[in-house]
Amino acid sequence: MSTAASQPVAATRQNPFPVNWGARLGWVALVAYSFYAASLFELTWERFVVGLDNGAKFIGRMLPPLLGKWDLLSKGLLESLEISIIATVIGVAVAMPIGLLAARNLMPAWVTWPTRGLIAMCRSFHPVIVAILFVKAVGFGALAGIMALIVASIGFIAKLFAEAIEEISLKQVEAVRATGAGFGNVLIMAVQPQVLARFIGFSTYQLDSNLRNSTMVGIVGGGGIGSTLFTAFQRFDYDFVLTILICIISMIMIGEIVSGWVRKAFQ
Amino acid sequence: MATTVESPGIRREWQRFTPRQRLIRYAFYLVAVAALIQSINSVDIIPEFLEDAPAQIVDLFARMWPVDWAYYPKTVHAALIETLHIATLGTVLALIMAVPVALMVATNITRWPALRLLGKFILVSSRSVNSLVWALLFVAVFGPGGLAGTLAIAFRSVGFVGKLLAEALEEAHKGPVEALTATGAPWLSLMLKAYWPQVQPSFWSIALFRWDINIRESAVLGLVGAGGIGMALDDALNLLYWDQVALTLLTIFSVVIAAEIIVTYIRSKII
Repeated sequence: MSTAASQPVAATRQNPFPVNWGARLGWVALVAYSFYAASLFELTWERFVVGLDNGAKFIGRMLPPLLGKWDLLSKGLLESLEISIIATVIGVAVAMPIGLLAARNLMPAWVTWPTRGLIAMCRSFHPVIVAILFVKAVGFGALAGIMALIVASIGFIAKLFAEAIEEISLKQVEAVRATGAGFGNVLIMAVQPQVLARFIGFSTYQLDSNLRNSTMVGIVGGGGIGSTLFTAFQRFDYDFVLTILICIISMIMIGEIVSGWVRKAFQ
Repeated sequence: MATTVESPGIRREWQRFTPRQRLIRYAFYLVAVAALIQSINSVDIIPEFLEDAPAQIVDLFARMWPVDWAYYPKTVHAALIETLHIATLGTVLALIMAVPVALMVATNITRWPALRLLGKFILVSSRSVNSLVWALLFVAVFGPGGLAGTLAIAFRSVGFVGKLLAEALEEAHKGPVEALTATGAPWLSLMLKAYWPQVQPSFWSIALFRWDINIRESAVLGLVGAGGIGMALDDALNLLYWDQVALTLLTIFSVVIAAEIIVTYIRSKII
C-alpha cells in the first residue's frame, strides 16, 4: 500500500493474473456435481473400507494364478486371435470403398452424406452390444463375434480413410486426370500412393482394437476367450481369472509391439 | 524405359524403395495372407447357423417391432440417468487420478527415471485392461451397482487421459516456465501459472473426448452388473422381450449421438 501511495503509476498497473470468477464458479459446480453423483452411488467412507477389505480378500483368492486348464485357455485365446484377424481383413476391405464414398473431395454431397450417416451408425454402438444382435441372428460362436467386429471396424476405419483421402494433395489427382486417365486409374495412380502408409497404420490400429474387443465379445456369446473369463468369474474361480487376464494382457501387448513394427516398416 | 538413365558403365533404374524395404513389405503381405487363411480354416463356424441367418434377422426385426415405448418411463429412464452419472463421475475421477500420473510421466517436469517408469506402468496397465474386465473386478469387490461401473470407467480412462495430458505438458513452451522460475516462484505456482494456462485447452478437449467415449462404454457395463442402461438391456434380453431391447438400443443410440453433438459444439467453442 505504501509503495502504491509513493508511486501512483504502480497503482494503474494491471494484475497479471486476474481472478476469473466464471472459471471458479465452474470448478465449484463441478465439485458440487461430483459430491452429488457420489452420494447417488452411496459412495461412503464406510463402504470404501468394506470394499478395501473385500478387495484384499479378492486379491488373496486370485493368488497364486491357477496353472492348468491350458487346453481351455489356448483354445479361447486362439479363437480370439482368429476372430480379430478375420474381422480386421474383412472390415478393412469393406471400409475402403465406404471411406472413398465418404470423402468429400472426390465424391458429390448426395453420396457422402448417407455414407457418413452409415459410418456414424456403425460407430455409435459398443461392439459387445452389436455382438448381442449378431448372436441372435447367426447363433452363438465365433461368427457372431466376427460380424460384430466387422461393424466396429467399418465405423472406425471408414471414417479415418475418408479423412485421409480428404487430406491428399489434389495436384497429383489433376496431373493423372490430365493424361486422360479414368476414375479407376486416378484412384490407383494418384490417390493410393498418397494414402497407403496411413491406411496400413489405421489397419494395424484396428487390429489392436479388434484384438482387445475379441476377448470381450465372448461375454455375450460371441466366441473367444471372453466366455471362459466370464464363466470363471461367475464360478468364483478367481485364480483362473488372474491367469486368463495375464494371458489376455500379454497377447494384447505382443499385438501392439508387432503392429508397431509393421507401422515402422511402412512409413 | 523412361526411368532408366544410361551412363558409361553404370545402368541405373530409379526405384521407390530399397530392396530391403521391399523384402520387408512382401514378407508382411505374405504373413498377413497366411494368417488370414489359417484363421479361416481353423475358426469354428457352424454352416447351418449361417444358412439360417436371414430368416433369424427377419424374425429379430419382427419381434422388435412395434417398440415397447411404455418400458421407457418404467425402467429405462432411471437407468439412462444412472449411465450418464457413471460416465460423468467416472471421467471426473479419471481426471483427478490422471493429473499426478501425467506430471510423473512428462519428461520436462519429472527428471527422475524411476518415477517416470512407475507412471508409465500405471498408464499402460490401465489401458490394457478392458473396461468390462475392470467392471467385473469392481463388481466382485464392491458388489453390483453404479459404483462398480463408475470406478471401472475411471480406472479405464486414467491411461488414456494421462498419456494425452503428459504429451500436452511436454509440448508446453519453456518461456513462461523460465520467466516464473527466474522470479523464484515455488513449484505449485509454476504448475498453476506457467503450465496450466498452456495445457488448459488440451485438458478440456481430452476430458470431453473421453467423456464421449465413456458414454458409449458405460452403456455396456450393465451387462456384467455394473449399473446403468446396460442392466435394463440385460433384463430385457434375458426375458427375450425384444421390443424392450429395441427401445433400449434406440435410447442408447440417441444418447450417443446427442453426446457427440454436444462435444463437437463445446469443442468448437473453447478451442
